[in-house]
Amino acid sequence: MNTDAPVSDSGAKPIMTARNVDVFYGKKQAIDNVSLDIPENQITALIGPSGCGKSTFLRCFNRMNDTIQICRVKGDIKFAGQDIYDPKVDVVALRSRIGMVFQKANPFPKSIFDNVAYGPRIHSLSESKDHLEDIVITSLKRAGLYDEVSDRLDEPGTSLSGGQQQRLCIARAIAVDPQIILMDEPCSALDPIATAIIEELMDSMKEKYTIVIVTHSMQQAARVSQQTAFFHLGELVESGDTKQIFTNPEKERTQNYISGRIG
Amino acid sequence: MPDYLLTTSPQMAKRHARHKRFQWYGRIAIAISISFMLFMFTAIFFRGIGAFQKTMVAVDVQFTEANLDPSGNRNSSDLLRANYKPILLQGLQQVVPEATSRQDRNRLYGLLSNGAAFDLGERVSNKPAMVGTSERVWVAASSEVDLYVKGKIDPVEIPEELRRLKDQDIAWVEALREKGQIKKKFNTAFFTNGDSREPEMAGILSAAIGSFFSLLICFLIAFPLGILTAVYLEEYAKKSRFTDIIEVNINNLAAVPSIVFGLLGLAIFLNFFGLPRSTPLVGGMVLALMTLPTIIIASRSILRSIPQATRDAALGLGASKTQTTFHHVVPLAMPGMLTGTILGMARALGETAPLLMIGMVAFIVDVPKGVTDVATALPVQIFLWADSPEKGFVELTSAAIMVLLVFLVLMNVFAVYLRRKLERRW
Ligand SMILES: Nc1ncnc2c1ncn2[C@@H]1O[C@H](COP(=O)(O)OP(=O)(O)O)[C@@H](O)[C@H]1O
Ligand SMILES: [Mg+2]
Repeated sequence: MNTDAPVSDSGAKPIMTARNVDVFYGKKQAIDNVSLDIPENQITALIGPSGCGKSTFLRCFNRMNDTIQICRVKGDIKFAGQDIYDPKVDVVALRSRIGMVFQKANPFPKSIFDNVAYGPRIHSLSESKDHLEDIVITSLKRAGLYDEVSDRLDEPGTSLSGGQQQRLCIARAIAVDPQIILMDEPCSALDPIATAIIEELMDSMKEKYTIVIVTHSMQQAARVSQQTAFFHLGELVESGDTKQIFTNPEKERTQNYISGRIG
Repeated sequence: MPDYLLTTSPQMAKRHARHKRFQWYGRIAIAISISFMLFMFTAIFFRGIGAFQKTMVAVDVQFTEANLDPSGNRNSSDLLRANYKPILLQGLQQVVPEATSRQDRNRLYGLLSNGAAFDLGERVSNKPAMVGTSERVWVAASSEVDLYVKGKIDPVEIPEELRRLKDQDIAWVEALREKGQIKKKFNTAFFTNGDSREPEMAGILSAAIGSFFSLLICFLIAFPLGILTAVYLEEYAKKSRFTDIIEVNINNLAAVPSIVFGLLGLAIFLNFFGLPRSTPLVGGMVLALMTLPTIIIASRSILRSIPQATRDAALGLGASKTQTTFHHVVPLAMPGMLTGTILGMARALGETAPLLMIGMVAFIVDVPKGVTDVATALPVQIFLWADSPEKGFVELTSAAIMVLLVFLVLMNVFAVYLRRKLERRW
């Protein structure tokens, strides 16, 4: 792949750029020389067969791979022009700018309120109790959950349904006011109705946030994203405008995948 | 119904039989172990239950001033030290007037506990107004009389030469019993006294308090150290050859016989640091050394069982490593870590060998008031009593075992309760 060519052709200004990224788990290479731009206020979908490195690549953006001892990341990833793997960068600050929603909903075993309030509390984002309450309610509203839980904010977050838990996790991520939200297969454990609600939510969220979503469902990528990147065996095969990728891919491997011949 | 659902092929019958057979093996194994336990518990129960009762003898005592307080100033320490033997003996002679020779009088007085006179002295010194009056007082019988009254000495079966309690003594006891001057009452002394040379006066309080102080020290040292070690190794330390070596060593330490920890304590705490010998302070430190590996291993396995998703959730929000660990991981692991600690301490409560090594094996009458007082511990007390030749200590031993078992069960129940309660939050 041509390394310095602009990978996004959607025209929007990239908020994040990855150049020549390699990721290793011990000696095993999981990501091989990937370059990708993430356009601002758009939804970028990472698709590809299971084990091709989508999660690994996504976790480079907020340095969650740091938590895996054997994992090494090489290459250049910039957020708002700043190299995030620079030793001077504070991971804690970075992760408060770049939120993450995981495959399996993982609310804390605390009340709904405390789940959402945790981020603002540790980052001292609220000036008063009222302000904190305000942040929590706004975040729950943005995540489309407030109406369902407004009368039971002190109940445990783990008592909600799967779809509600996942929206609670989205609200929790929103509460620290990030610029980018990374989502790793957020709907893979949800039923179609809960999935539809979250997809609708994502669509409304892109006004304010940039979203990168990993999904194994091509239909989901086609429905929600503006840009799609197709990964295969640790390589970025093709990326670009979602419509174009799904209707008129350049590479044969992409064609094979979306027509169901690899998977 | 289709045919193939009904047929039982020979293989299927065989598989079925094997299944049944294994179920029965399991049930038999459980039945055997339960019957062992039942046997042990009933044996201890029936041997020890007698110790919770104690034989008392009523004596009509004349608290004559001439005998007790010739100076007439009612000084309570003088009253405590006065000689109560003559007045007790006079009281007994009212029932057994024929005991007049010196030898008979000593035998008659021997029916009472050696502690009876001291006991009476305490009562009088607390209430000097008793001097000059006469009153019926109940005092403890000697251990031999106690055993006889409880039916543990059969005068027909055991020939007189082999008995400490002779036929004449028995006749006197019966004379007292006829007049209603013998009764059994609840043995409070067993719970309120320290050790004694007289079985009827011996109690477990000083040993129990010694055990309590030792466990307190053990908890104060082992709990924070164990948990911090586990948290560091599990959450912070990078896996390396060094952490592997530590891991192997901790596992080895958990398997080291407890007496080795006792020797270590003797060498380090007593001989090198010069800490006071035979005290709960040192006992607790030795027990802490012993429980530490158990706590670390239990805590680490609990920490490992906390799902990575919990850590990811906090880290993904921008929580630091320390915030993640202490806001989320440790609180979730706490019930399990506490349970592990209590179970480790329950084991320490029953430990004898290391305490023997550091001298907590003394004959302790006084109840220790602090961690630096000389003390003994419950299992050591059991060991000491089991080793005593007097027959009266046999039931005390079993009774002390029952008390120890009750404490162990209470600790285990508490561990379960704590786990339930702390987990029930969500
Ligand atoms: N923690 C890890 N340790 C070692 N190898 C890993 C780890 N996580 C993922 N991998 C490997 O990296 C490759 C990519 O995994 P992943 O990024 O999870 O794929 P995807 O999300 O596309 O299914 C896989 O071959 C997987 O086995
Ligand atoms: Mg994945």
